[in-house]
Amino acid sequence: MALGLLKIMSAILPRKPQLVCPAGSLRALQLAVNAGADAVYMGLKDATNARNFAGLNFDIDQAREGVAHAHARGAQVLMALNTFAKAEEPERWFRAVDAAVQMGADALICADTAVLGYAHQAHPALRLHLSVQASATSYEAIEFYREHFGIQRAVLPRVLTLSHVGHLLRHTAVEIEVFGFGSLCVMVEGRCALSSYVTGQSPNNAGVCSPPSAVRWVERTQGVQARLGDVLIDEYAKDEPRGYPTLCKGRFLVEGQRDYAIEDPTSLNSMALLPELMEMGIAAIKIEGRQRSASYVEQVTRVWRHAIDACATQGARFAVQPEWTHVLAQHAEGQQHTLGAYSRPWR
Amino acid sequence: MNTPIGLTVGPVLYHWPRDTLTSFYARMADGPAQRIVLGESVCSRRRELKLDDWLGLARELSQSGKQVVLATQALVESEADLRLMRRQAEQGEFLVEAGDASALHMLEGREFLLSPHINIYSRQSLQFHADLGASGWSAPVELSLASVARINAAQNPVLDPQGRAVQTEVFGFGRLPLAFSARCFTARHHHLSKDECEFRCLGDADGLLVQSTDAEDFLVLNGIQTQSAALQCLLGEGAALRSAGVSRLRLSPCSQSFDEVLALFDACLNHGADAAASLAALQALPLPGRLANGYAHGQAGMKWQAEPEMQA
Repeated sequence: MALGLLKIMSAILPRKPQLVCPAGSLRALQLAVNAGADAVYMGLKDATNARNFAGLNFDIDQAREGVAHAHARGAQVLMALNTFAKAEEPERWFRAVDAAVQMGADALICADTAVLGYAHQAHPALRLHLSVQASATSYEAIEFYREHFGIQRAVLPRVLTLSHVGHLLRHTAVEIEVFGFGSLCVMVEGRCALSSYVTGQSPNNAGVCSPPSAVRWVERTQGVQARLGDVLIDEYAKDEPRGYPTLCKGRFLVEGQRDYAIEDPTSLNSMALLPELMEMGIAAIKIEGRQRSASYVEQVTRVWRHAIDACATQGARFAVQPEWTHVLAQHAEGQQHTLGAYSRPWR
Repeated sequence: MNTPIGLTVGPVLYHWPRDTLTSFYARMADGPAQRIVLGESVCSRRRELKLDDWLGLARELSQSGKQVVLATQALVESEADLRLMRRQAEQGEFLVEAGDASALHMLEGREFLLSPHINIYSRQSLQFHADLGASGWSAPVELSLASVARINAAQNPVLDPQGRAVQTEVFGFGRLPLAFSARCFTARHHHLSKDECEFRCLGDADGLLVQSTDAEDFLVLNGIQTQSAALQCLLGEGAALRSAGVSRLRLSPCSQSFDEVLALFDACLNHGADAAASLAALQALPLPGRLANGYAHGQAGMKWQAEPEMQA
């Protein structure tokens, strides 16, 4: 009887998506779990993950400690192993798969067919999520990875409109995770060679875009130049706020007009779409930002925890609270928010 | 005599008017490239030629002795995109080049080719795709020749299910396709939405130039695709290409002088023409940008260095 009621309830009420939060450090992991993350994702201290920055990420002991902290509080730890194994040393990536099993990760997030193949064969019980870096934008692509590697979840690239996401969900048996908040990659993830074109380092297997080692700030009488490699990415007047020279977010000349030719520096915030996303049956919502501070992770996690819980009970009556927007706005790049590809203006 | 390096005419990446496309391929029918890749791989809204038109063109080129390959769209978003891809996959006349994992799913089990947009960075990954039926791969543009050699070594190639060596192609000439986006940057530049773009990219025969604030040519906007402003050129690298196991070069069409470019590559790589003289002749052509070859040497893709063969 109780079970029957539960079944009816779950058929009526939208499934509550898992809140998946970034952990660039053990401290961030702990704060995210304590603030209500259902799962955290982390990576090792090397090129095997797509946020390979100095001072970030985990060694195996920290990873074990993080897993213990999360598991004690009912949260999961997902390991991002989402770069592509380099021809020169694929073993590094395969060893990282083994490390995920050793540390007790609940799932591995991968993009590379070589890595997925190794994981599927060597550790058949290990749960696999398809990384956004695999750029699977259709149910056909997702089915391809499910048939070959048994993936149980796919993270969608930030390129689909809400109606495309809905269509995809109706045609796949795989759990779908979407991005909720964070820095916006305007290019399809895993398919962008802009950074290697300028610096020689590929985000796809070095795990870093517009690497700090290639950045130069040049003081000039009229202001400051931000250069990446040999390319002038942006130029700021003395009193103008400066951004990190991620190359797709610079100001360039097109037909004589100087502007953000590719993308304005904005953040994605899809909170207003929560009722629709939950109605569609999204399995998880991902917060971007392993490179951000532990306090960013804590505050953003808390706000999203409140929002998802509220939406689960309020459904279509859900409204984004002003205090949530205020907290998120403080953490947005360029203090601007956009619905990104989910909304019509991108069409 | 050196083993020949086959020439592939890559798909036209720009939005050329129908008549321009037709006359371009009429010239290609008589040109030195043996393989020609046809189809719209960038934007689903570009419909100067429809699939049946492409198939008609493919038959004509095939009758001229060319091997024709159909390219699938690299970024798939809608059910309509998938429907078109299914029709491409199900026609049995021509080989298909997979542009994403949706295409792999539709093509696996029969012979097909891998476009540069399939992320293959290791031998294990190439072997996986060969097992699905891939008889050739076009290496991702950012791979160095050293990595290409490691992935599919000339002496120890990856084998397909029939036991044949998988053929390696690299991007030999043209503006490099560097990135895809859901956004159309050309429409955005003109303050238009993607749905009502007025097909402004029809006016950009070689893309829309992006310069840095200090007026250096940097990138090119081609609808949802971003390309390099510089043109990759591996004209003088015959020995390095052969030792890396490369058996084909992809030449990506540009609006001017492409026939001459093809002739120079053929003469230099396959008929003993002098590399330095060929390169000088190529640089004298009215091309849309300067040359680059950094990726081949494991450097930033935008770099240009004179080839060892020419310094000798």
